[in-house]
Amino acid sequence: MKPARFDYLRAETLAEAHAALAEDGNDARIIAGGQTLMPMLSMRLARPKVLVDIMHLPQLRKIANSNNAIRVGAAVRQAELLNWPELATAQPLLAAALPWVGHPQTRNRGTICGSAAHADPSAEIPLSLIALGGTVELSSRRKHRSVAAEDFFTGMMSTARSEDEMIEAVTFPAARRGHGYAFNEFGRRHGDFAIVACAAVVTDKETRLAIGGVADRPSVREFGTLDGSALDDALNDFAFDLDARDDLHATARYRRELVRRMGRATIEEARQCRA
Amino acid sequence: MPRLSADARHRIRFTVNGRVMETEAEPRALLSDVLRHDLALTGTHVGCEHGVCGACTIQIDGVPARSCLTLAVQADGADIRTVEALAPAPGRLSVLQDSFRRHHALQCGFCTAGILMSLDSYLRKHPNPSEGELRDYLGGHLCRCTGYVPIVAAALDAAKRLQEEPAHA
Repeated sequence: MKPARFDYLRAETLAEAHAALAEDGNDARIIAGGQTLMPMLSMRLARPKVLVDIMHLPQLRKIANSNNAIRVGAAVRQAELLNWPELATAQPLLAAALPWVGHPQTRNRGTICGSAAHADPSAEIPLSLIALGGTVELSSRRKHRSVAAEDFFTGMMSTARSEDEMIEAVTFPAARRGHGYAFNEFGRRHGDFAIVACAAVVTDKETRLAIGGVADRPSVREFGTLDGSALDDALNDFAFDLDARDDLHATARYRRELVRRMGRATIEEARQCRA
Repeated sequence: MPRLSADARHRIRFTVNGRVMETEAEPRALLSDVLRHDLALTGTHVGCEHGVCGACTIQIDGVPARSCLTLAVQADGADIRTVEALAPAPGRLSVLQDSFRRHHALQCGFCTAGILMSLDSYLRKHPNPSEGELRDYLGGHLCRCTGYVPIVAAALDAAKRLQEEPAHA
């Protein structure tokens, strides 16, 4: 199982990466940590003409915490964000979710933005972006734009990125006073793909619950101040609206049950954290 | 670095187990294959070749990573450590390797090199791990022989011995 042939360009400037994307379009692929792209290359699910390595661009290696937002550059590895000393106070949801991303050995190479670009429906980083209402910064030779996470993920492994664009950074809203955050995931083993993952963000009036691993992309719903059996009913509606399917790992029915139970537990945990 | 063409082999220079090495590889060559085929470092094993099994785990710039999920050209300039670096001298095993032997933590041995490279890194940063932490950490490795019990026992024993006699790491 070996990749098909491709050229390799180690970009030394952002302009060089943009030029390669502008010239080769869909035949060019950005490689950062490569932890999701490499298996696709080896299985020949992806056969680009050129790989553009962006890991040597110093401006993409930054984590910035300002204006109530955490901006993570495209060359920041998952382990770097997880080991960032400010993470637990800056955004506890990320601190809870990142240990579930792959394994330590893949987090040492894989990037935050690479996971967003890949848009796996069961992945924790897209889910966190959706739950928190983050944004994805895209850039090309033509322009620079920010897209809300909810508009960025358009389906199973598909996004709003145009073929000449690359992700330059993603931005997560920082933790705010009076907000509570919680994350839970169920899989066969730690590090496996999530069968269901839940992320909750609550305030005194709002309860946002995002679910990964069920629909073709992470989905979010607002539950307001619902509690008791009214919350159970609303979670049941959400579980059915996600259109779960049977697969090798779990039945649709089992996934709905996880949405109801783990979704509720996650909401309660976030409410307790807020208190 | 200019655009490296798909059809040619390109010069790569990196440090492997403390020695600067130079080789040539196509852009598509996996680091695992270059280590094994071109540098004859066959201690690193290749299992699933898509990052799931952990057999090919090595250390890149001081941290464990899958060599099958890394291109050799990406590793140009990197500091690489493979299982061949663990033994302190020919005919002698490291404390971790010796603990694996004492506890029968391998049978066929296919997964062992990767597990050793992960644990070598982990025990440096976590000298006193609990069984639960080790089991969690080893989730990134598949072993189909042992059932993991002797591997965890060996790692716990190695941690204890390393604390008693760190000079013999």
